[in-house]
This record gives sequence, structure tokens and C-alpha cells, in this order.
Amino acid sequence: MPVFALVDCNNFYVSCEKLFDPKLKDRPVVVLSNNDGCVIARSAEVKALGIPMGVPWFKIQQEAKRHGIVAFSSNYALYADLSNRCVEVLSGFTPNIEVYSIDESFLELSGFEGRPGGLMAYGAEIRQRVADWLGLAVCVGIGPSKTLAKLANHAAKKNLAGANGLCDFTTMSQDELNALFERIDVGEVWGIGRKINARLEAMGIRTVRQLRDADAELMRTSFSVVVERTVRELRGVSCLDLQEVVPEKQQIMSSRSFGQLVYDLPELEEAVASYVTKAAEKLRTQHSLAGAVQVYIRTNVFKPEVPQYQRAVTLPLPEASADTRVLIRWALRMLRRIYRPGYGYHKAGITLMNIMPATNQQFSLFASGGAEDVRSHKLMDVLDGINGKYGRGTLRLAAEGVEKVWQMRRGNLSPRYTTEWDCLAVVLAR
Amino acid sequence: MFEPMDILGPGVFIPLIPAPRLSLPLDTVKVSAGFPSPAADYEESRLDINEYLVRNPVSTFFFPVQGESMEGAEIHDGDILVVDKSVRARHGHIVIAFIDGQRLVKRLHHRAGRVALMAENPCYPPLEIQEGMELHIWGVVVGKFKRFGA
Repeated sequence: MPVFALVDCNNFYVSCEKLFDPKLKDRPVVVLSNNDGCVIARSAEVKALGIPMGVPWFKIQQEAKRHGIVAFSSNYALYADLSNRCVEVLSGFTPNIEVYSIDESFLELSGFEGRPGGLMAYGAEIRQRVADWLGLAVCVGIGPSKTLAKLANHAAKKNLAGANGLCDFTTMSQDELNALFERIDVGEVWGIGRKINARLEAMGIRTVRQLRDADAELMRTSFSVVVERTVRELRGVSCLDLQEVVPEKQQIMSSRSFGQLVYDLPELEEAVASYVTKAAEKLRTQHSLAGAVQVYIRTNVFKPEVPQYQRAVTLPLPEASADTRVLIRWALRMLRRIYRPGYGYHKAGITLMNIMPATNQQFSLFASGGAEDVRSHKLMDVLDGINGKYGRGTLRLAAEGVEKVWQMRRGNLSPRYTTEWDCLAVVLAR
Repeated sequence: MFEPMDILGPGVFIPLIPAPRLSLPLDTVKVSAGFPSPAADYEESRLDINEYLVRNPVSTFFFPVQGESMEGAEIHDGDILVVDKSVRARHGHIVIAFIDGQRLVKRLHHRAGRVALMAENPCYPPLEIQEGMELHIWGVVVGKFKRFGA
């Protein structure tokens, strides 16, 4: 029988910020979304103040001032490094791991039940090691299916069951589980979104227990096999396997809202070129090629009083490519086609599509193959190598521009403490 | 390379001249001639400074130093410290300590009920940790390095 654990980092982004800055101890801290728009992570102190997730930052300025809330722009370089380190630590506990998101991983733990102290002790060891090695607090939920592991994690985090951020459904009695499941809303179940939740409620299904005991067939006919599977998983029948490797991305998107409106084509060109650069870099790290590129631009839809314009075009490439120069050339041609002067552009983006492994490449009849391709490949290797070593953007194509007036607002970005030599946290010898 | 835009718009569609060739660059093809190297069996991987300084990469972080209080321990202004969080701090270890909103490097004294952060320079007195003070030992310093501007 499989046994799963869901391990997730508490207040992950905020915890990363607090890890390196001793001044943030016991202070209310939030992390803001791109462009410093909304609150996307809150410290325990902020949660205690009743500030909700997702609230626009400008709406809570007064409150923030009153309580001395410290706000950070998203420092994804820092979060990604700590997330990778966390996965590495977790990999020491089982070879079977699925990285579910930047701060959550599923671990398959069957075979470890027989260790002294059982899975509870193993879970405690996981928490301890992540805390010791990385200074990050995690919660561990254990159950016979992924859905139950996720629910156990929720129970641990909200202190509904278990103790010390750890909850193991496999050691709880049926009566204990029944009582617990009666107290948890069905909307907390993994995969039950707002829409399904509302319809379940209309059917009188409000608690996890009611969903678990619902007629599985009826759930399939009323909703889908997905909900039916959820019911079975709640009963302890594992239907979802560990998806051990993250599937290669089918699309790579790169887009941003601009810090200030952009009117001119050259500025838009720089923005689009730099998005392509970033996406192409990602494409190459997964050894893939893109078969098509989409470009879009739009004005601020939230300001209906100003003239509105938006347009997106997708272009299939003559041959799949991962060459930044090729992708930029196509993207810019499309941008020039859709650009209309006289509008204040608020956002631009590109999407690389039809992504395929680099080994599947088919040369088109009229395309340049052979030597040109090897050269391009080498150039891109050098580009990635240098940027990997000296920091993103060290070496870039002139099309990306130098000034980047359009760049997003990141008013209070903490240093990239772990990924840049120039950003390391100084310690005082005094 | 032909341009798809050209097909979309009006115009004549001309295949690329010259036609593609298949060429293999020399340096991607392994050429073997003559006798195998007599040293082939003795090949070992080159020394890696990471291996020397970093025992547990996942829990290792770097911190540059500012100040002179640890000179007696050969830690100088501008050195970069190698800090391993997975090492449990003990009496006598050099540690990164978070205290009073500051990141400090000190030698940890923990003996007979006395906890103190010691400097390695007579100009700096020990920092005694009293009841009610919050000391957080962030990690243990396991090495240091510096690059000269040559």
C-alpha cells in the first residue's frame, strides 16, 4: 500500500526574507506580487492582524503604516534557490518525490513504516532536518493517498489534528478521522474548487466526511471522474500516482505589466526582446525547442476611460528553434505588425509554444541546417554559460536594450542573498 | 532561411540558396589514431576547491565579513565565510549569530552555564548573553576564502 507525505513550507516567501534579515524577527512582513500589486505571502504576525491574502497593497497602506508592516517585492531568485535546496533535503528521505509547487512536495514513503517510531518519527525527522539545515519551518501531512496527505497537511497547519506541524492519518482511528472530517469544509479538499464546492453545497455536501461517504458513481455522473477519484482517494484508495518528474513545460510564458505606461515602439521592442530572452533561456535549460511564438500587447483594461487596444498574434516558426536571436527576430516582426501608435501600453508578453525535446527536431526543406545550427547551439551555450556565471543579463542581445524604462516596479526587493556574489549578506565582526 | 511572413504577404516565394549542406565540425568528432595514452589508466578528476571548503552544499551559505573583531581567528575584513547550517554549534565554534537585529560573527562560549559571544581581538569585549536576551545561532563557520584582485 502506498503512503504519501505532503511537505510544505510555512509562509514560504516571507520565511525566505526573514531567514537572512535579523531585523525582521517578530515583525509583520508581506511579500507583494509582480509590480508590487497584491499581497501574496504573509508572516504569522500579518495573518494575526487579519490582513487577507491577495489584497491590493495600495488598499492597506494606512494599516501597514500603523502596524509597521514591512513589504517586499517578490525576490524569485532567492525563493527558487531555497526551494531547490529544500527539495534536495527532502530527496534524502525518499527517492520518490514529486515537486508540486515552489513550496510543496509529495513524498512516497511506503517501506519506511517499519522504522522505529513509524512514519510519525520519520515526519518529525523531516521537519527537524529542514529546520536545521535551511532554517525553514515545514508542515508534514501523511496519508494513504495524495488527497489525504494534502488534507493531513492542512490539519497539521491549522492545528486541527496531530501536533508540532505534523499529522499522520494512517495512525488515527476511524472514529478520530470521522470526527475530524466532520469539522473540515469540503472546499479544503484538494481539487474541489469554488464552483464544485458551490454545487456540492447545493446537494447538501458541506463537510469532508459527507464527500467521502457520498455515492462515488453519483459524483461521477454529476461532476466528473476527477471528483469521483477524489471521493475514492478520501476513502484511502490511492488513485493518483506520484508524478515523479515535472513534465516538460508545454508552454513558456514571459510577460509583465509595465511600471509605467509605454507609448513607443522601441521601448516595447526592448521589453518583448527581453521576455523572449528569458523564455528562451528556460527553453534551453529543459533541452527543448519552440515551434511557435505568440506575442501580445494591451492597454490598461482597468482604465476604461482611456483608449483601449489589445492584440495577440501567434506565428508557427519555419523550424523549431531555441536560438534567442531567431526567436527575437520573429517576435519583433510580429510586434511591429500589431503595434498601433497613440495608445498607452500597460502590458506585453510572449509565449513560446509547440515545445518539443531538442532531439525531435525536424529540419525543414528550406531551412538552414548543419553548420549554422551547430554554431547557433554553441553560441547559446556560451550565452547561457556567461549569464549563469556572472548573473542574468551580463551578456545580452542589443535588441533587449540597456535602459529598460518599462521594467516592472519592484520597489523593495531584498538582495539575492544566495545567488549573486555582490548580494551576499554581510556579517559584522565587531 | 525563408521567412514565413513572406508567404503570408504577397510576393514570390524563393527557397534559400545555397541549399542546406550537412557538415560536421571537426571538434565534435572524436578522432583516434596512434597508441592510447599510457596515462589513461591514471586519470583522476582535478582538485575542486568546492570539495575542500564545502562538505554539505545544500546547507552551505556564504557571508562576507566587515570589521576587525575576529582577526585573532584569522578572519579579516573582506573575507567570505563558508557557513554550514547542518553543523550543530558547540562551545568553541565560530558562529554566525543573530542578536538585536544584527548579523555577527563570534566565537561561541558555552561552558558552566555561561553563554557568551567572544571576539578574537582584545579591543572587543565579550558579549554576555543574559536571561531574556534572544540569541539565534544561525550557523557554524567552517571556512573562509578571499580572491585577490590580480
